[in-house]
Amino acid sequence: MKLFSKERPEIPIVHHTKEDGSAWTIKEKLWLGLSVAEYKKQFFRNPVNWFMLMIFAIGIPLILGRYAFGLGWVTHASNDYPWGLFLGFGLFGMVPLSASGFMLGTTVELFGRKDFHSIERLALLNGLLGYFFAVLFLEVDLGMPWRLPYPMFVSLGPAAVLFLVAWHVATYLSVQIAEVLPAFFEWIGWLKGKRIIRKYVLGLTVAGIILSTLHQGALGALFTYAPAKVHPLWVSSNFQWIHFFVSSIFGGLSMVIIASTLIKNYMGWRCDDDFKNNLDYVTIGMAKGASLAMITYLVVKLVAVAHDQEWTYLLTGWGSYYMLELGVAVVLPMFMFAFGVRNNWVTLIRFGAFIAAIGIIWNRLNTALVCFNWQMYQEIPHWKEVWITVTIYALYFLTYRFIVYRLPIVYEWKGER
Amino acid sequence: MKKLNRRSFIKGGLATTAAAMVVKEKTSAASGDFDNYPEGMGVIVDLTRCVGCRSCEAACNKEQDLPEPAVPFDDFSVFDHMHHGEKRRTDETAYTVVNRYDTPEIDHPLFRKIQCNHCNEPACLTSCFVNAYTKTPEGAVIYNAKVCVGCRTCMVACPFYIPTFKYSSAFTPRIMKCIFCYDTRLKNGQPPACVEACPQEALTFGRRKDVLKIGKQRIRETPGKYVDHIYGEHEVGGTAWMYLSSVPFDKVGFDTHVPKEPIINSVKEFLAMVPMVLTIWPGLFVGFHLLATRKDKVKEMEKEAELKKAKENDEKEEQV
Repeated sequence: MKLFSKERPEIPIVHHTKEDGSAWTIKEKLWLGLSVAEYKKQFFRNPVNWFMLMIFAIGIPLILGRYAFGLGWVTHASNDYPWGLFLGFGLFGMVPLSASGFMLGTTVELFGRKDFHSIERLALLNGLLGYFFAVLFLEVDLGMPWRLPYPMFVSLGPAAVLFLVAWHVATYLSVQIAEVLPAFFEWIGWLKGKRIIRKYVLGLTVAGIILSTLHQGALGALFTYAPAKVHPLWVSSNFQWIHFFVSSIFGGLSMVIIASTLIKNYMGWRCDDDFKNNLDYVTIGMAKGASLAMITYLVVKLVAVAHDQEWTYLLTGWGSYYMLELGVAVVLPMFMFAFGVRNNWVTLIRFGAFIAAIGIIWNRLNTALVCFNWQMYQEIPHWKEVWITVTIYALYFLTYRFIVYRLPIVYEWKGER
Repeated sequence: MKKLNRRSFIKGGLATTAAAMVVKEKTSAASGDFDNYPEGMGVIVDLTRCVGCRSCEAACNKEQDLPEPAVPFDDFSVFDHMHHGEKRRTDETAYTVVNRYDTPEIDHPLFRKIQCNHCNEPACLTSCFVNAYTKTPEGAVIYNAKVCVGCRTCMVACPFYIPTFKYSSAFTPRIMKCIFCYDTRLKNGQPPACVEACPQEALTFGRRKDVLKIGKQRIRETPGKYVDHIYGEHEVGGTAWMYLSSVPFDKVGFDTHVPKEPIINSVKEFLAMVPMVLTIWPGLFVGFHLLATRKDKVKEMEKEAELKKAKENDEKEEQV
């Protein structure tokens, strides 16, 4: 894109009309204003795309195979380990990293912090896509994916935690679609739609907070069904939902820092000056919030150990692993954030965010797989399971990029708004 | 931030409340009021009587139309089969299995039969979000494959690792587990096939409260023969199938760390705070919003007042 945007002033598209006054059609907007040949050229120039194609070449047949031959063909999920990588990574890992939507929505719309406005749409999109793909992961993992609407309409089990997760994720997904739609409406030029949503933005934001608190917590509460199976250090019937909820706060913020860093570095042509100039400032602000959430998280973790009288476990091998997890995944990035905020060292914050996001996934995998059945054997995921997980994540990446390339997410629409 | 006037405030509030209501209705019927069926049936398994003949396995296989096993039921080498360092367990081809335990306390091996224990408050049932499980008044925990989505939370929740999943099937996967022979026998007052097949009377069938009494009687009348505990009397809130053993239960493969109360009790901490969030959060956060944006509001009002003043001044001047 860099190539074309230098030569042609009307690219990248930020306006309904071209230089000569005629309007861009939706089709032209989809092709980024390039001809098909040009589009192909820029697509195949990018080594990332070749890498993606390689993943899909094997991954898509594997996914088809999963639907043709059953879950047993691709996973090591078993009667002892009912949940494997699809849920451990895809659901339990993706959802906390997508808490960004409600975090930044709350900051800007509810607390009126307009100074974070430039990152708000990216955070909302990050949230929407993360949830959407978590559902996609679920669709790969469910035994009968075609029965996804059953808990909503066919046979209801309202007292189950998963029931709450299902309803809240479904409702929240709609809320997030509504929150991202204004960007789409600007892009297609239907301003009435945008105005309608604008009216309900406070309601949507508050609904987002409620739903997020509950389902982020509920994902943790799912493990309280297995108090005798998960290692006591990773499960606490009193505090599990708080652990999951609080860690989703810094998880979501870290993910936005990562996404914005990648976009700034590899998609500079798409960002406007407002986004670029504000990025360091909002990154520092988010790091501040994240480090506060982290210290809260550490305190609640400590309280849980004290409350459940688990001090002796800390002296075992599992205890060392537990402290390693907290040290590397939380304490280290927390100090990186704090130091970065104090000294305006944004690069350090960005590295910290990367560690924190990986750390969240590590924690969720520990809870769902490593420390599950801790008195039994360890389950190692099947290579096909790993590959399918990577494939769906690659699809997530491509969808993310597709949207950021086009919609006014990291730039402001110059046409009618 | 847009101007928040009374009308839009009410609108926003209403929308949130409506959202909350939608969700609340679905979750407020929280767990915990599940009735125990006092007349429910049960079985007491006496480990001291079991000789490991596997007749119960064979009877179950036939009764439930399960596939022919890889190793025939009269082959006792299965007792040495280990998988991931674990003894045999239930799977999609076997609802019940017998395992052998060699314990130093006694000079002969002990055999333990496993199957669904048919809990009074089953974790599978309480964790299921499509209500696929039912605890019948007869005491059986049965499963409805027609509504199951295949999320496998029941398998995570079951403290005894009983429900299994047909991983091999792409189009008709389902949970496979012992149903106490509910459809074919229990419903008609008959004992399950395994109990009927046992040649050693190691399995005693009757009302749960009656077989519990029998168990206690055996412990009382033959001092020293049994450990003074009936596994399943209180474990996870009580189970329909219970066990007597001559050695401590953890020596013969029982998980003695399972909670003494129903599994759902450890989930209640979370379930209890759900209505709180649903009712308090909307008001709280709209309040935060009003507080956070009050300065804008004040500024706006000042501006309006100034404009008004200026207008009035203009009018006065005009009049003059």
